[in-house]
Amino acid sequence: MNGQARSLLLKNGRIIDPLSKMDKQADVLISDGKIDQIIPTGTENTFSDHDLPSFDLAGKWILPGLIDMHVHLREPGEEYKETVVSGTKAAAAGGFTAVACMPNTQPVNDSQSVTQLILAKARQGFARVYPVGAISKNSEGTELAEFGEMKEAGVVALSDDGRPVANSQLLRRALEYSANHDLLLISHSEEMSLSENGAMNEGALSTRLGLNGIPHPAEEIMIYRDMALANYVKRPIHIAHISTRESVSLIRRAKAKGWPVTAETTPHYFTLTEEAVGQYNTRAKMNPPLRTNDDVKAIKEGLLDGTIDAIATDHAPHSTLEKNVEFDQAANGIIGLETSVPLTLALVREGILTPDKMVELLSIHPARILGVTGGSLAIGATADVTVIDPEMEFIYSADKIVSKSKNSPFIDWQLKGKAILTIVGGRVMFQEG
Amino acid sequence: MENEYRFNHKHILGLEDLSLTDIEFILNTADSFKEISTRPIKKVPTLRGKTVIHLFFEPSTRTRLSFEIAAKRMSADTFNISASTSSARKGETLLDTAMNLAAMNPDIIVIRHSSSGSPRLLANHIDASVINAGDGIHEHPSQGLLDLMTVKENKGRIDGLKIAILGDISHSRVAHSDIIGFSKMGAEVCVCGPATMLPVGIEEMGATVCVSKEEVVEGADVIMALRIQKERQTDPLIPSLREYAIFFGVSKKVVELARPDVLIMHPGPINRGVEMDPDIADGSRSVILDQVTNGVAVRMALLYLIMGREGNE
Ligand SMILES: [Zn+2]
Repeated sequence: MNGQARSLLLKNGRIIDPLSKMDKQADVLISDGKIDQIIPTGTENTFSDHDLPSFDLAGKWILPGLIDMHVHLREPGEEYKETVVSGTKAAAAGGFTAVACMPNTQPVNDSQSVTQLILAKARQGFARVYPVGAISKNSEGTELAEFGEMKEAGVVALSDDGRPVANSQLLRRALEYSANHDLLLISHSEEMSLSENGAMNEGALSTRLGLNGIPHPAEEIMIYRDMALANYVKRPIHIAHISTRESVSLIRRAKAKGWPVTAETTPHYFTLTEEAVGQYNTRAKMNPPLRTNDDVKAIKEGLLDGTIDAIATDHAPHSTLEKNVEFDQAANGIIGLETSVPLTLALVREGILTPDKMVELLSIHPARILGVTGGSLAIGATADVTVIDPEMEFIYSADKIVSKSKNSPFIDWQLKGKAILTIVGGRVMFQEG
Repeated sequence: MENEYRFNHKHILGLEDLSLTDIEFILNTADSFKEISTRPIKKVPTLRGKTVIHLFFEPSTRTRLSFEIAAKRMSADTFNISASTSSARKGETLLDTAMNLAAMNPDIIVIRHSSSGSPRLLANHIDASVINAGDGIHEHPSQGLLDLMTVKENKGRIDGLKIAILGDISHSRVAHSDIIGFSKMGAEVCVCGPATMLPVGIEEMGATVCVSKEEVVEGADVIMALRIQKERQTDPLIPSLREYAIFFGVSKKVVELARPDVLIMHPGPINRGVEMDPDIADGSRSVILDQVTNGVAVRMALLYLIMGREGNE
């Protein structure tokens, strides 16, 4: 990572740190990569006269570094779409101090060597990188990957994301064996026999466009299976990118019974509906697909009542090669790192989330679920800090996108709220302007 | 006000984009072109010097021939490109192909492709006009128009008629265009088929769903049977063609439930004995061959109207 001064002073910002039960105006001194002092604004302090690099953050929010627990960095194998460096640069620009990258690279991250390669690249990156290893060899769903070796190389969780673990016995064995290495399983829940030819949510709109539909039970059936198995063997499971009302409802009921489940959704599932497909807009094609208004409503309810633990982006870069083609041939996925903060802030303005709740969803819970550092601005904590300007308005134009790929349905949207300063381990990795 | 109407579509991508007035105008124009096909010299110079490319990514004899005859009778220069999807898979994308064609400055590209929405993708990226000759399971607008023309010609009207469509509605682009077209023209469109072949939300396109063939045919002015694809094997839609024929095939007995002057239609090619009894398909109420004749007239009208639209040249 880029080198910088040993100390930094963040002045006059609003510190929002739910773990310390803190929400107040204060100055933050960062020294040697740690939170050194927090002095409420207006109190005498000993460091304001020092000749430190400092930022006046009046009106801005100082948050524990945001963590995106579900991204695709495409390296190794598809560096023309994104690399560890370009992806973490986009992460920092979007306010993320850390990302967990899914293993569906080429080759698949199912071994020590791929994990090591990703982590080596990350040393030149702009955010922390937590590799997720594959559950099965080559994510083919037949044999277990080497959990122990990957853990030693640095993976923080396991997933065959991009596809489900179709074989229930294999998932059961993976859940069981994950206990030996204390690794979390992250499930891409999809019943492929219902969804595999589908290109968008199934309904009147898919019928009108003549596109094969993906019915919402394709997601829900597998979520139930995943949770039932996890509970049976008493191992935790994290459900990725939930998109439907019934998914929220199933997870809510499982949590009420004490089942060991956590879940994430993405900004596009609470911001857009299937209508965004419009006239075959491939920038609105992803898996699971955009759903209906009623599903969006349910996702918001799930965020409000805590059924959904985390907001992740499922940042999935693709070039025009994969996207500027017939809709049914186009690749699934959209980029999301640079739009997550403004789209989540929209829920704060809507009254669905409080700023505290937003920090839980974007920082505290992802850190806790993955078992990684972060989520707190307590004295002595690692100085991973995100500063956002909740009032800043900007147009998300294609030429301003930091990610290597431009496949976003939000291009040219007027957005409000933006990360303006991203600090990782005390070092400034992104600064607006 | 009537005479202020000008046909103003650059592309024909689907009946969804056309207004009732547009459709009526196309049908009237087609009607006037029909006479040309009965002349000893079946050619008018209207599109002399214009280039029409037929870009077919799916095998088709009937539709392509019909478009080709239409273009030739209008004196256009025509070129046929059969791009198999396998060669497309080798790396040349639809847009690569389109850009290559655009370099030859065609006036109209007629495209058939297995992906829904591909004619629109093409239209968004090139200057030529695009006519959709069938895209995936989306639309087949010229077929929809020729069906409308055939019914209007035989019945004198479409408004108020009951149109019964039987078969695989889910996988039929013809059914989709027919449902949209006949509904816009004021007909009551009723569909019937195995429930596995009725797409979610078809009612929102304007169709009423009937459970049995007896129900759908009752009092119908038109019975349209759709082709059943024998080759669909990955998705278990029906137990057997035999059972399909028993419960959804158009038999003599079921035709008796319709109005006595009912028209029997089929977009072809027919699986005789499956979708329809042979003597029904070839019987006196069948207008299947009229459909073919009208296909040429409708396609001539589309070529003519697109080229003559406001602002072109
Ligand atoms: Zn996934």
